[in-house]
Amino acid sequence: MKKQLLTWATAALMAASPAMADLVFPSLDYRTGPYAANGIPLADGYQDYFNMLNERDGGIGGVATRVLSCETGYNTEKGVECYESTKGEGALVYQPYSTGITYQLIPKATADDIPIHSMGYGRTSAKNGKVFSHVFNYPASYWDAASIAVKYLLDENGGSLDGKKIALVYHNSAYGKEPIRTLEGLSEKHGFELDLLAVDHPGQEQKSQWLSIRQQRPDYVLMWGWGVMNQVAIQEAANIRFPMENFIGVWWSGSENDVEPVGDKADGYKALAMSAPGMDYGVYQDLKTYVYDKGLAAGNGDQMGSVLYNRAIYAAMLAAEAARTAQEIHGVADITPGMMRDGMEALDMSDARMEELGFAGFAPAFKVTCENHGGDGFGAVQQWNASAGEWTLITDYIESDKSIIDPLIAEDSAAYAAENNIAERCN
Amino acid sequence: MLYREAGDFSTTYPEDSQTFPIRFDRYRYYVVLFIAVCVVPFMINDYWVNSIFMPFLIYSIAAIGLNILVGYCGQVSLGTGGFMAVGAYACYKLMTSFPEVSMFIHVILAGGITAMVGVLFGLPSLRIKGFYLAVATLAAQFFLVWMFNKVSWFYNYSASGQINAPERDTFGILITGPNTEAWATYLFCLFFTIASAVLARNLTRGAMGRQWMAIRDMDIAAEIIGVNPLKAKLTAFAVSSFFVGVSGALFFAVYLGAVEVGEVFGITKSFLVLFMIIIGGLGSIFGCFAGAAFLVLLPVVLKVVGADMLGWPTDIVAHLNLVIVGGLIVIFLIAEPHGLAQLWRVLKEKLRLWPFPH
Repeated sequence: MKKQLLTWATAALMAASPAMADLVFPSLDYRTGPYAANGIPLADGYQDYFNMLNERDGGIGGVATRVLSCETGYNTEKGVECYESTKGEGALVYQPYSTGITYQLIPKATADDIPIHSMGYGRTSAKNGKVFSHVFNYPASYWDAASIAVKYLLDENGGSLDGKKIALVYHNSAYGKEPIRTLEGLSEKHGFELDLLAVDHPGQEQKSQWLSIRQQRPDYVLMWGWGVMNQVAIQEAANIRFPMENFIGVWWSGSENDVEPVGDKADGYKALAMSAPGMDYGVYQDLKTYVYDKGLAAGNGDQMGSVLYNRAIYAAMLAAEAARTAQEIHGVADITPGMMRDGMEALDMSDARMEELGFAGFAPAFKVTCENHGGDGFGAVQQWNASAGEWTLITDYIESDKSIIDPLIAEDSAAYAAENNIAERCN
Repeated sequence: MLYREAGDFSTTYPEDSQTFPIRFDRYRYYVVLFIAVCVVPFMINDYWVNSIFMPFLIYSIAAIGLNILVGYCGQVSLGTGGFMAVGAYACYKLMTSFPEVSMFIHVILAGGITAMVGVLFGLPSLRIKGFYLAVATLAAQFFLVWMFNKVSWFYNYSASGQINAPERDTFGILITGPNTEAWATYLFCLFFTIASAVLARNLTRGAMGRQWMAIRDMDIAAEIIGVNPLKAKLTAFAVSSFFVGVSGALFFAVYLGAVEVGEVFGITKSFLVLFMIIIGGLGSIFGCFAGAAFLVLLPVVLKVVGADMLGWPTDIVAHLNLVIVGGLIVIFLIAEPHGLAQLWRVLKEKLRLWPFPH
C-alpha cells in the first residue's frame, strides 16, 4: 500500500510538472456508485484514445492532449463542482454521460462559450442548432432511438403494429422520460398500445414493474435503463420468462456489463447500437501498440472491445476530429473552447475519413451543420449471444422516422427559446 | 485569557440577555459577519461560489431547519429532501407564473408554502413518536418525490420532467440563470443564511424554543407544566419546514438551476442533512454551520488533495470520502453525541481560563 501511494505521488508530480500548451478534454466520469458498471468502460475508452493520440501523433495538430478526469458519481451536484473546477483549465468540450448533468450544463456552458457533446443522450431538441448554439448530440438522439426501435418492430411484424402492446420500462428521470413523447406519437401513428412503467433511481427494485408486465403480457418491452437498472431488468425479465428476443434496450442498455451477470438466460436480448461492436478495427491495433503494450491503459485495462468502451473511443475520436477541424478553420494549433465549437459545427465524418482513422465500417457517416447538431439519426439493432459472449448486429443501420421527430424537436426547442429569450441563429 | 468575562458587566436586562454575552465572542461574531459580507464578495469567482460557498450556505439553512425539528423539538424527521423539493417546486411555479416579481419574494413564499405542507405532514406527530414518526416522515419523503415526478403540472408539462430556473432578478440584479455574477448569488444566499440563523437563534431562545425543548426532554412533563403539545409540535414543524423550503428554493433556483426531483431531493439528501446536524451538533445553531461546512468541504478537500495534488485515482478518492463520513458518524455518535458544537463549547470553556487553569 505504501509503495502504491509513493508511485501515485511520483506519477502525480511527473504529470503536474509540464505547463506547456495542451488541449484539455475533461472527462466527467463515474467509476463509483450504482452507475459505475457503465461508467468505467466509458471513462477508460475516452482516456485510452487520447493517450494513443499523444503517443502516436504527439497529440492533435502537434499539440498534446490532456484528459482531466473528475468523478461525478452520476450526481448532478458533483457534476457542477467538476464543471466549475475544470472549466478554468481551458476545457474544450464536456461529455458528461448523464442527462441530468447535461441539462444542468446547457445554459452554463452556453454562457461560458464552451461546447457540450451529449452523444445520443441529453436534451434531444438540442439537435436544433438554431436554438442550442453550444450543444451537440450527434450522431443520433433518444427520439431517433425510439423511432428506430419501433421501425424495427414494424419490420418484424410485416409493416403493421396494429393492436400490439408495447411496454416501456424507463429510468424515472429526464433520461428515461425523454422518449415518451415520441413513442406516444408513434403509437398513435402505428396503432399500438403503449404501457409506461417507471423505475426509480437507482433501479434495484423492479419487482412490481415486472409483475405488471407478467399480468399485462405486452408483446414487446422497450427499456431506457442505465447502470444497475439494466442488469436488474434483464434478470427480472429472465425470472418471469419473458422472451428475450422481444425485449429491446436503448443503446445505453446494451453493454456486456448489463447482460453478463444474468448468464445464459440473457441470450437473445436485443439492444440498439449507434456503432458496431467488436475489436476488428484498425484503431485497435494502434491502441494496442501505443497504449496497452506500454502499460498505459486506463483503469484496470479490462474493458477493451466492450460496447461502451467502443462508444467512448468513438466519442473521443469525434472530439479529436472536431478539434482538428477547428485547428484547420482558425489556423491555430492551440484552440480555445469557442473555436472547438466552430470545429464541431463543421464536423464532416465521411466514410473515407473514418477509414483513414481506423474506424472503417464502425458507424454511419454524418455531417454536422449549423441547423442540425444531431446528425442523421441512424441506428442498428444488436443481439446478445450468451454462449459466445458477444454482441452481433442483426440489422443494417435504420433511419429514424423524421416525420414524427422533427415537429417535436421544433416544438420543444421553440419552448426553450421562448423561455430563455434566445434568438434563432443560422439565418 | 481569551473569552475573559472579568470587567464585562451587564448593566441592563437587554445587555444581559443578548445572544453573545461575552465581549470577545461578540466581536468575533461581528468580524465573521464583516468578512462574509464585505470581504468575501470581492474575492470569489465562479468556482468558489458554486463549489463551496453556495452549497455551504444553502445546506446551513436546511440544517438549521432540521435542527429546530430534531435537535430542539425532538421530532425525528427523514423528510428533509421531500420538503426541500416542495420549496424548489413552489419556487419554480412562482417564478414561471409571476416572472416580474422579485426573487426575494418568491423564495420567502416558497418557504411559506413548504411550512404549510410541513404542518400537514406534522399532524401525525401528535399521535406517534420516535421511530414511528421517523417512518411517517419517510413516507412524506417518498410521497412528495413521487408526486413531483407524477403530476406534470408541477414541472409545467416539460418533456423531461425536469425543472429549469429561468433568468430572474431582484432589484435589477440577476440572481438565477447562467449569466449571474458570482458575488450576486453569493450575497443573495448569504442574506437568507444570516436571516435564518438570527431568526432561528432568537426563536430557540424565546418562549417558543423553550416549549420545543420541554417537549423534546419529556413531553408528558411538558404538558403538565402547561405546554400545549399541539401548538409546540406544529410550530416546530412549520418553522422547520419554512427554513427547509427556503433552502430547497435556493438550492434549485440559485445553485443548481435545473433539478430532477428523484436524484436531487431523494432520500440521500434527507440523510445528508441529518448527518450534518449529527456531526455538527443537535440543538445548536453553530452546529448547523459546522456540520454543513464539514460535509460540503470534506469531498472538495479530499478531491483537491487526493486526486489533484497526489494524483490518486478518482474512484479511490470518492470511496475514501464515503469511508470517512461513515466512520465519523459512528465516532461522533459514540464519542461526542453533541457533535462539533460541543467540541467548540469545551474549547471555549478551556480558553476562558487559559493559560491559568485552576
